[in-house]
Amino acid sequence: MRRSNIWLWSAAALAYAFLYIPLIIVVVYSFNDSKLNAEWVGFTLSWYVALFNNQEMLIAARNSLIIAVSASFLATILGTMAGLAIHRYKLKFLPVLAFTPVAMPEILLGVALLLFFLQVLNLTLGMVSIIIAHTTFCIGFVAIIVRARLQGMDESIFEAARDLGASPWQTFRLITLPLIMPAVVAGALMSFTLSIDDFVITFFTKGVGEPILPIQIYTMIKVAVTPEVNAISTLLMLLTLTMIIIAAKLDSGILRREAK
Amino acid sequence: MPALFSMIKGDSKANRIAKWLVSGPPLLFLLVFFVAPSLIMLFTSLRFPGEFGGLAPIAAPAGAVHGEYGLTLETYQFFFSDILYAEIFLKSFAVAATSTLICLVMAYPLALLIARSEKRFRNLMVLLVVLPFASNFLIRIYAWMIILGPESVFSHFINTVLGVFGIAPVTLLFSSFAVLVGMVYVHLPFMVLPLYTNLEKHDPALLDAAQDLGANAWQRFWRVTWPLSLPGVFSGSALVFIPVLGMFAVPDILGGTGDILIGNLIKDQFLGTRDWPFGSTLSIMLTLAVLAITALAAWFARPAAIPKR
Repeated sequence: MRRSNIWLWSAAALAYAFLYIPLIIVVVYSFNDSKLNAEWVGFTLSWYVALFNNQEMLIAARNSLIIAVSASFLATILGTMAGLAIHRYKLKFLPVLAFTPVAMPEILLGVALLLFFLQVLNLTLGMVSIIIAHTTFCIGFVAIIVRARLQGMDESIFEAARDLGASPWQTFRLITLPLIMPAVVAGALMSFTLSIDDFVITFFTKGVGEPILPIQIYTMIKVAVTPEVNAISTLLMLLTLTMIIIAAKLDSGILRREAK
Repeated sequence: MPALFSMIKGDSKANRIAKWLVSGPPLLFLLVFFVAPSLIMLFTSLRFPGEFGGLAPIAAPAGAVHGEYGLTLETYQFFFSDILYAEIFLKSFAVAATSTLICLVMAYPLALLIARSEKRFRNLMVLLVVLPFASNFLIRIYAWMIILGPESVFSHFINTVLGVFGIAPVTLLFSSFAVLVGMVYVHLPFMVLPLYTNLEKHDPALLDAAQDLGANAWQRFWRVTWPLSLPGVFSGSALVFIPVLGMFAVPDILGGTGDILIGNLIKDQFLGTRDWPFGSTLSIMLTLAVLAITALAAWFARPAAIPKR
């Protein structure tokens, strides 16, 4: 038993190292006083200064933020509805529609939406098309989280509410919504991160006018790699880390309340 | 009892309205922005490309004597007539299979360790697997550009070791090797999570029983843990295999000129050569491949398929 444990531990340690070393390297080089990502020369913040003087990057960050907030707002509402409907009414069609965009390769949704926007809607690609595209794949994620929460709950609470004469709306507002709130918030945070993070679908549904963060990063990586990429990467990691800590805090707070 | 409840629910008009109020909006949104676009993609694959990109008209333009319009299966014929496309599909399948296998080998011990750790550490250990996954997708690929770059410590080390054996220095970046590393790195958590969820549910009493019956550590793993974990193995494999199959960003950034996969081919049809019908045909073929893989994984993971020992 002991020997197999040592094997397990070393294999797992290697896997964790594999997961973290690349990211640590990106962060470290963002403070390196050299244009090349090779030798450590000295500490500097100049890549961050350069980043904050890069007008296009700032606009891109603002655009991505607008997209992420709008898409996660829409996806949270529609996804919560979908999660509730799938759990409550045992629909056959809706789960397929909501979960397939999550499960299939992103490129397929990107291509399909590109053709749809240009051929059917005659839409000029831009912020609106990206928001719609992000909402489409985020709905499924929110629905999965909300449904999982509903599955873990005692159905008799809702029956009790109905027996006591609550209308469906009252049951939803006073019983269901407060109970599923942690899942709704988690779904919103997840949609926000997915939207900020998304490259593939954004790549297909973007317009030419507005710079978008992942596209800017892609161009920088493809055309001219400077440690500015490391700086923006580090800042983005900080942002998602904060989101995760908030989500974890929210979740554990709710767990404690349940335990009482 | 359930029948009785559904009868009461069905009788209430308010409930029926509520049902459509709740399911209507997401249903409508997904019909418009997911089902319709998918059908448009299918339809586009049956059309002729336009002269300057885009599409040729469906109806004959007024006064047209010749020219291409209407619907056709030409793009599908084209796909099957050129061996190049079959080769790219085969290569993509090979890359997906290899990435899946490497992910499985790396993820299994990790998932097993987490599942056998004390309960209070488990959530933290899972979080540590998911955390890097929350950093930007492009950044995770970019990190390997640094590590595998010609100036990096890692490249120098590898080439020094190769030099000792008298092997000429290799370029790690922009190669099939780099593509594989990137694919594994980006998708590893997809394999760990379903494996962990499965392994965590195993009853430790089974292993004790096996030990009492004289099974050694290897037998306990191979004849108890592994067969029980197969549903997790199959769902994890599907979660890695499918996105790798359609991935274009990893080969685009880490691969060389020869590392073209299905995703790159599709991307080029829309943003490079602008041949929409052929791009749609390729997307339809990819969809069929994904459906086949999903069906296969579901069939293998069905409870009856797991050997009882």
